Amino acid sequence: MKLIIAIIKPFKLDDVREALSDVGVHGMTVTEVKGFGRQKGHTELYRGAEYVVDFLPKIKLEVAVDDGQLEPVVEALTSAARSGKIGDGKIFVLDLLQAIRIRTGETAADAL
Amino acid sequence: MMTSTEHGRGRVLEGPGVRPRLLAGVAAAMLLGAQSAFGADTANSGDTAWMLTATALVLFMTIPGLALFYAGMVRSKNVLSVLMQCFAITGLMTILWVVAGYSLAFEDGGSVQRFIGGLDKAFLAGVTVDSLSGTIPETVFMTFQMTFAIITPALIVGAFAERMKFAALLWFMGIWLFVVYVPVTHWVWGGGWLGSWGIHDFAGGTVVHINAGVAGLVAALVLGKRNGYPTTAMPPHNLSFTLMGASMLWVGWFGFNAGSELAADGTAGMAMAVTQIATGTAAVAWMLSEWLSHGKPSVLGIASGAVAGLVAITPASGSVGPMGALVIGAGAGVGCFLAATRLKRAIGYDDSLDVFGVHAVGGIIGALLTGIFCAPGLGGIGFGEGNDSISSQFAAQGVGVLATVIYSGVASFVILMITSALTSGLRVSDDEEAEGLDLTSHDERGYIL
Repeated sequence: MKLIIAIIKPFKLDDVREALSDVGVHGMTVTEVKGFGRQKGHTELYRGAEYVVDFLPKIKLEVAVDDGQLEPVVEALTSAARSGKIGDGKIFVLDLLQAIRIRTGETAADAL
Repeated sequence: MMTSTEHGRGRVLEGPGVRPRLLAGVAAAMLLGAQSAFGADTANSGDTAWMLTATALVLFMTIPGLALFYAGMVRSKNVLSVLMQCFAITGLMTILWVVAGYSLAFEDGGSVQRFIGGLDKAFLAGVTVDSLSGTIPETVFMTFQMTFAIITPALIVGAFAERMKFAALLWFMGIWLFVVYVPVTHWVWGGGWLGSWGIHDFAGGTVVHINAGVAGLVAALVLGKRNGYPTTAMPPHNLSFTLMGASMLWVGWFGFNAGSELAADGTAGMAMAVTQIATGTAAVAWMLSEWLSHGKPSVLGIASGAVAGLVAITPASGSVGPMGALVIGAGAGVGCFLAATRLKRAIGYDDSLDVFGVHAVGGIIGALLTGIFCAPGLGGIGFGEGNDSISSQFAAQGVGVLATVIYSGVASFVILMITSALTSGLRVSDDEEAEGLDLTSHDERGYIL
């Protein structure tokens, strides 16, 4: 099993959710985060005091998948989240040791 | 809930025998009207009705107007502390005003009348249901003035926001009321020495704004900068609050300025008109200044501009005309913009919410321009007693400004020193400041999301 962590632009969330659903992913966790990579921040101004804000709002998406699903899911995620402009985000793939469905106790692939 | 009086009043116009009762009522009203015109044995109901309303409007300026205006400008971890400070000051000043503040401000001080009033009306002794002050009940006058005594110290809160000990704040404000606000009020409105200069200060440019503004600067300097200022970003956490607060201040200020006529008449009407004109103009002026100098207009800017206009028109509201108000508004909008943005950063003090930049500077601009635009040739009502030209009126205004600046500055400093001794320091600890006053001073969170 693999855990996919994707940092994406917030307005892309709906597109990504739909694309993942199309490849059979029906569960995910979403967090509002701040971050930056190559995308520059912006300047805010309050009564003459200028602040450069490096951190930009992003969405972090976490999805657990079976090894067989990994490639199609990453492919779907990448095309849905891409806008072509700097700041589109990144995808990280981690090895997932175990997954458990709390209600039923099912493990591994049955829990996904 | 219907009281028996409301119930009774409603019944008068129903049922048989209405016409004789109506006629009797009309006759009584005419007699009352005649009585008031001849020098009140009873209060003028029009004046009283307006002043009751004006009093409520001015209280509304502090809670929640000023409270929200300031609360939105601090960081979220300190939102409650600002609201609490404004609310607590409201309660505290209410008590102190009726105990002795009102008497010392407005009563005759006998041998020291030039500087302070007497204690004849301490605990509001002699102020009864029937007491009159001009054409309104004295209770209304007293309460109206109380709302001024409430908002003036509350204004200072902005200068040391996010770092002052709550207990120290209460001590400071309580002492400041008696040592600074009450005497200056007495000098300008209570028969004291500034009155003899023929100064035009209709609603408190000196008494309220320069007073509070200078005290704010002194406090900001004494308490020192917030940790991390100016390199750490401390943007306002909720400008929606700030704009809503500014709006409430704008509306409430009609009570502040037009109410200072203490009557419902043409002067009050003009005061309302010039207040609106100056404020709208100042808002636009600040907005344009910011647009030109930084490239975009901002919500904080336009809200601040409006408040600057309100402050500047305060001393002028009883003596200038509409076009004078336009100039005063424009001057305040641009002048306070420069003070709050350029001056503050040039000198480097941390007046968190620009109490000096807006209230002191705006008050000074307004007080001085009043000296010019009260001139009949410029649409004003004329010069104050003893003055016969713009230059002499301007000089008189200058005396009022200087006296307030010097006295408030020095006295506020001394009071801060005394308070510091009473509370073992004015500032919260660095840890408390970092965590936020809401949690550390009040055990509460402003936002539980």
